[in-house]
Amino acid sequence: MGGTVSAQEGAANLLEVRGLTKIFGSLTACDHIDLAIKKGEIHALLGENGAGKSTLVKMLFGSLEPHSGEILWNGQAVRMTSPSVAKKLGIGMVFQHFSLFEALTAAENIALSLDDGAPIGTIAAKARALSYSYGLPLDPESLVGDLSVGERQRIEIIRCLLQAPELIILDEPTSVLTPQEADKLFETLERLRAEGKSILYISHRLEEVKRLCDRATVLRHGKVVGHCNPREETAASLARMMVGNEVKSAERTPIKLDGAQELLSVCGLSRKPAGPFSTPLKNIWLSVKAGEILGIAGVAGNGQGELFEALSGEVQQASGDAVRIRGKDAGKLDITGRRLLGAAFVPEERLGHGAAPRMKLSENLLLSRYATDGKAFVGSAGMVRNGAVYEAAQRIIKAMDVRKSAPDPEAAALSGGNLQKFIVGRELDRQPTVMVVNQPTWGVDAGASAHIRQALIELARSGSAVLVISQDLDELFEISDAIAVMHNGELSKPIPIAEATFEKIGLLMGGSEPGHVDHKLETA
Amino acid sequence: MRLELVKRPQRSVLFSALSPFIAFALTVVAGAILFALLGINPLTAFYTYFISPITEVWQLHELAIKAAPLILIAVGLSVCFRSNIWNIGAEGQFVFGAIVGSVIPVLYPDMQGPFVLPLMLVMGMIGGAVYAAIPAFLKTRFNTNEILTSLMLVYVAQLFLDWLVRGPWRDPKGFNFPQTVQFNPSAVLPELMPMSGRANLGFVFALVAAVLIWILMSRMLKGFEIRVLGSSPRAGRFAGFSFNRMVFFAFMLSGALAGLAGISEVSGAIGQLQPSISPGYGFTAIIVAFLGRLNPLGIVAAGLVLGLTYLGGEAAQSVLGISDKVARVFQGMLLFFVLGCDTLIHYRIRLVGLAPTPKLETAPKLEEAH
Repeated sequence: MGGTVSAQEGAANLLEVRGLTKIFGSLTACDHIDLAIKKGEIHALLGENGAGKSTLVKMLFGSLEPHSGEILWNGQAVRMTSPSVAKKLGIGMVFQHFSLFEALTAAENIALSLDDGAPIGTIAAKARALSYSYGLPLDPESLVGDLSVGERQRIEIIRCLLQAPELIILDEPTSVLTPQEADKLFETLERLRAEGKSILYISHRLEEVKRLCDRATVLRHGKVVGHCNPREETAASLARMMVGNEVKSAERTPIKLDGAQELLSVCGLSRKPAGPFSTPLKNIWLSVKAGEILGIAGVAGNGQGELFEALSGEVQQASGDAVRIRGKDAGKLDITGRRLLGAAFVPEERLGHGAAPRMKLSENLLLSRYATDGKAFVGSAGMVRNGAVYEAAQRIIKAMDVRKSAPDPEAAALSGGNLQKFIVGRELDRQPTVMVVNQPTWGVDAGASAHIRQALIELARSGSAVLVISQDLDELFEISDAIAVMHNGELSKPIPIAEATFEKIGLLMGGSEPGHVDHKLETA
Repeated sequence: MRLELVKRPQRSVLFSALSPFIAFALTVVAGAILFALLGINPLTAFYTYFISPITEVWQLHELAIKAAPLILIAVGLSVCFRSNIWNIGAEGQFVFGAIVGSVIPVLYPDMQGPFVLPLMLVMGMIGGAVYAAIPAFLKTRFNTNEILTSLMLVYVAQLFLDWLVRGPWRDPKGFNFPQTVQFNPSAVLPELMPMSGRANLGFVFALVAAVLIWILMSRMLKGFEIRVLGSSPRAGRFAGFSFNRMVFFAFMLSGALAGLAGISEVSGAIGQLQPSISPGYGFTAIIVAFLGRLNPLGIVAAGLVLGLTYLGGEAAQSVLGISDKVARVFQGMLLFFVLGCDTLIHYRIRLVGLAPTPKLETAPKLEEAH
């Protein structure tokens, strides 16, 4: 590479990255990345999980130091030794996972990240003014713990804007927003662009990128596979660049459910909040029939985790008929009792909840199956039949195409997607009558996601009832026969997939829909 | 130059096997420095300490007597520690088991026959288990910290024993010495090979317990439950295992074994109750459990090593004229180094120069590649 850059090019680029490389042990997370962001553009960074997006961004923001390569800011070579260096240069970052203290107010959280020592009242006033001027209204006096996820994101954005950055990095900003909230955010971003700010927009949602971004850089396996103008591409062509081959979506054959047996039903389930920041469940009714997939949509933190715990029996109900599995009262049964009735569960968190990280896959198979497959896996006097468990684990690994480095590795040694395939496969393997899955493909790459979704559809079509809780609307529209929405601990009536639109579901996710109120009155 | 710890992607199999040996070597080096500072030739000291106590057959019997309670208690503690439950009160369960097991020979000395000894052993185990159930109850009911409650109950048990042997249980014909009557022959644990030394059945109990617990932990569903709940409690709950029940199981199992050790010690090595019946076996067993890598078979080896430090301490006192508290110092250093060396299983050490070149990767400690 030549050492000099022409003056014109250097002036147009706010940030330029050349040959940036980062190595973790034997893994090259970023391999000679080249990237240029012009002034006043929204630049998309596309890539699957594990493509190196987060690593690249951390190097740009100074929280990781690159192995080799250089970063130019306004044509000057700079070293990002820490986030404060990046902030001083004029780079602001809005993280995917918020770094806010729930017990403090919005203004206090903002004050913590500013180091100018201004009094809290001044900061609150500034934040309020800025938030209204950008159409992101925010009450600086409110406790973060009481705010919705979308509102928390506003705090992060305002906090970033208060430092008057030239470049704003947003990491998967819409993954926690309703479609309407996302639209609001896009307007703000377009305004910022009009003011001459640059934005690096990280996402895997292709439609958004096509709509919003001027240019895109696509990463795959740590390498840049192409720069393009997303407006000239189709979603399919962008996906091909990201994944490297065609991604087929799951096929769902329509089904008639008239007269089908009700396999899972929830009648008037309520649950008090377990802690100050958890959501109560309010009078939830639902039913899933044999052959059906019911999707539950909702913005994160609206009670989905609490609902899963109540369904799985990790938290039991006061009355037996609050949860019924295959027509039998299950409310007072623990998770083992519910499994013995034919139910299977896949929690949201893989490591530490669905699987014990430091245990082998075969042991993790035993984890959820020791009771249901007691005869096969546990011999007389409580001795474990290790051979049978190992063979069953290998069968699942093969059926779900789990990629691994050893015959029976520890769960923590697998990538997230492969572990998820194993955990879903572990439950599918016993052909459960009722399957409850929370975020089936969160953080899973496109190929594996398609595999998991197809497997869920096939399970349902073979006569089981499947309940899928997900934040990914595309996923729910792909696989569900009906979609209900959780908001603030309440569940809407299910909308049949033929009548469901993104707009309808989005309104319910925001909590404003007349049908929602009707439902409450009806059951009160 | 400075040292830096870098997290390993997987736990190192090599270092989990080597760590106890490295720790032992470091203890010897530190011990040599200690002896040199005391003005004693370290070689002489180590010979006196570690070799001379096992040069004759009767001395091996003594070693078995010291190692038996350590192994018995430590295999029970290994179950607790593997399930992430911290029973620090084995000394108290040892004492309480000894008290309950001694009810028959002390209060009903006329009761004699082959059934007496088994009954005493069972009562000792029940006594230890019940005493261990107290911190388990407090933890599950009131969420108290079991480390504190189990430790404090040690002193309660010790003072209770002290009061018994000075008061209601004192031998009326014992010239006012604070001790109970001598146990009658049918209440005494038989010796294994009376021709060559004093070692008694207690050592057999220890070996049997180690093998049984090893089978439990490595082959049985219950052992799986213990390991799951210890390593990731939330996954354990997802599996349908109850942590509260595990607290009782682990405490009562280790309490029963400590109680068995207590009654075996009293009926075998001592032959009566007296104000002090243990040179800190219940605490030393914690070291044994960790030195044995919480593996019951490793614990047998570790129990013999720690038993030797007791004998070495006695030898050093008589031959070198230094306090037998040196044994405690050794034990303490050993635990210190064992826990320190365990860091090597999950981390590797590397040297970092003072001025790293700009292109050098500064190691991210907790950062993981995405």
